[in-house]
Amino acid sequence: MTTTTLAVLVPLLPFLGAAAGLLLGRTTPGFVRPLAVLPPLASLVLAALVAARQGGDAAVDAHTELTPTGSVPIELALHIDGFAALVAVLVAFVAACVQIYSTGYLRDDPRYPSYAALVSLFTSAMLLVVYSGDLIVLLVGWEVMGICSYFLVGHYWETPEARAASLKAFLVTKLGDVPFLIGLFALATDAGSFRITRVLGAVASGGIDHPTVIALLLLAGVAGKSAQFPLHTWLPDAMAGPTPVSALIHAATMVAAGVYFTARLLPLFEASQAAMVVLAVMAAVTMAGSGLAALAQDDIKRVLAYSTIGQLGYMTGALAVGDRGAAVFHLLTHGAFKALLFLAAGVIIHAAGTNSLAAMSRMRGLRDRIPDAYWTMTVALLALAAIPPFSGFFSKESVLGAAEHVTSGHTGHAPAVAGWIVLVAGLLTAVLTAAYATRLWLLAFRGQGPEAPDHGRQPLTMTVVLWVLAIPSLALGGLAYRALPDWFDGRDLTPTPLTSVLGTGLALVGGLLTYGCWQRTTRLAAGTPLGAVAAHPEEDAGLVEAEAIATHEPAYGDIAYAPDPADPSRLLLGPLHRHAAAGFHLDAVYTALFVRPVQAGASLVRFLDREVVDTYVHGAAALPRLLGAAVRRAQTGNVQTYVSALLAGTVVLAVAVLLVATGV
Amino acid sequence: MHLAYPAVLSALLFCTGLYGVLARRNAILVLMSVELMLNAVNLNLVAFDVWLSRAARDTLHSGQALTLFTIAIAAAEIGIGLAIVLAVYRNRGTSDIDKLRDTAEGPETEGPGTPAAEKAEATA
Repeated sequence: MTTTTLAVLVPLLPFLGAAAGLLLGRTTPGFVRPLAVLPPLASLVLAALVAARQGGDAAVDAHTELTPTGSVPIELALHIDGFAALVAVLVAFVAACVQIYSTGYLRDDPRYPSYAALVSLFTSAMLLVVYSGDLIVLLVGWEVMGICSYFLVGHYWETPEARAASLKAFLVTKLGDVPFLIGLFALATDAGSFRITRVLGAVASGGIDHPTVIALLLLAGVAGKSAQFPLHTWLPDAMAGPTPVSALIHAATMVAAGVYFTARLLPLFEASQAAMVVLAVMAAVTMAGSGLAALAQDDIKRVLAYSTIGQLGYMTGALAVGDRGAAVFHLLTHGAFKALLFLAAGVIIHAAGTNSLAAMSRMRGLRDRIPDAYWTMTVALLALAAIPPFSGFFSKESVLGAAEHVTSGHTGHAPAVAGWIVLVAGLLTAVLTAAYATRLWLLAFRGQGPEAPDHGRQPLTMTVVLWVLAIPSLALGGLAYRALPDWFDGRDLTPTPLTSVLGTGLALVGGLLTYGCWQRTTRLAAGTPLGAVAAHPEEDAGLVEAEAIATHEPAYGDIAYAPDPADPSRLLLGPLHRHAAAGFHLDAVYTALFVRPVQAGASLVRFLDREVVDTYVHGAAALPRLLGAAVRRAQTGNVQTYVSALLAGTVVLAVAVLLVATGV
Repeated sequence: MHLAYPAVLSALLFCTGLYGVLARRNAILVLMSVELMLNAVNLNLVAFDVWLSRAARDTLHSGQALTLFTIAIAAAEIGIGLAIVLAVYRNRGTSDIDKLRDTAEGPETEGPGTPAAEKAEATA
């Protein structure tokens, strides 16, 4: 088979798997698991084959026009360069891991068939985005992901948190997608084509008339999808979905799409200095803010959610300094270790029976219950904190190195100010990242107090996946940083000594600072007992998690916050802690700015409809109603009355005829 | 015999029947009154037939033929009528016409949503 055929099969197989799973899920439950697991695995093999054949050489391009569509043609086009080939391998790899893990995690879930089918559809949509060479085809995958995330985040739709979170995820990403769509149309009008290669050709020859406007419009969609400030608020709430879905959304699909899209069209963004500075500011605010918020979260998954936002900030930061190689490198390593972090967190939640770090810090011996999750999570957290030689170190240093390179101002493609913004925010975030990673590890695995409850052994499907993901988290960065420039733009990704020493040193400072605070505060834990534990050792992990999420707010008064004086982040953040736990009150700001005006408008419309429009309708109906009431009186139901009326009428008619006939 | 006698007799019969149809309550008596009216018509038909044939203006006796038709139709009608009355009586326990008011409109019934009110009206 040609490379093109293989590449077409990569997104097609999960799509067919999803369709078959939805059709057969109810009638033949035996087929559901194979249909869920095999298509992503086959896609992984095919994507790897495509990557091997492409090999970082010239991009594979193929296109066919299905039907003429007016002025600007829409074509089914493939554009596979080194970025697309490698990102597709990552997506298929994480999706296959998630599907295998889900067979254990949701093994007793009655809605497993539709869940597995939606995960497959999600994967297929992301693979379509990755391989597509046409912006409209890319948009199709982009929007299918939006609706899939809505369904999957709302998987536990019995709980109000999940319903609200799924709606929020959908609406916030759609808010970004409207300008995104307008931006795509403006871009295609300027370039005369939706094909990415032609658009980039037009950019190179200066054929785009309004690069700043288009870039900013596209950035809105990217910010929504990739959870960048100010449209990031849906991501922490999306933790109400099952843990494997979080792993999928955070590691491979959805949030990666925005970064990947920007990487593909980076020359367009580089054409506008203003767009690059906006991108840099967005990345810096996102990085620093999410780091502080992650430090104050109580829900283990919300810590990871904010950390995803921060790591995505690194990626957009790399894009803001014009180095898409570093951005996609970080996307790859982050995909591996963030998937591992979430899947391990799922195991921890199942074993501990709670998603609250405050409750976990009051349990002794949790790490002995789940040694697999303990060791793999340690690896993943070290990768997240960018400690050498774990993979996160190399990718993060490539980002910081790129930013440092730009600060000198010798590069034409990105303004020096963007480099400074990204570098400073990146170094600050390195401290914060190490701090919250250390805090999570200490609170989850170094708890003091009564023995952790025994919830039985974890299913093999869940633990094996953790070790499979631990390998790239450990080694991908170190092995790949020399080979990757051949696949990407050819720019060097080797860590520079200056940023390496600075970044690692700051990470160590953050970690040690947290450790010191933790040693001081952990004594307080015994004084304030906390913990709402949902124990279902016989049930599957999904049920435990759903219950843990549902009980967090009643138990602690807030979905993100626990009144725990033993939390080291209180000492670290001081008075900032309360605001950081609430995500710096951005949700409250949005409520005041958007939700309340919309509700006021809705009540005004309701008033106009009920009181104004309806009054005219009622008034117009009054006369017919009166006439009807008068006529209705004749309808007594007594047949003899009717016959009497008939007789009277006949007599009157007869008399009239007689009078006419006699000519009176 | 002069034509006036049967004509007056049939007019009287018809008026008696009309009164019965309009004023009696029992459905069977109403049916009987209908029969009276029909027979008044029959009497008229026969009388005028004889009167016309005497003047030799009508030799086909179409009046008498028509009377036979009326008698046959009246027999069929009374059969069906009595069967209906019997069925109504078995269902409702009464054959009083004043109490069979299912076709009445309620005072202010909004649409077809209140069959209970109509039923109550019918049995009241």
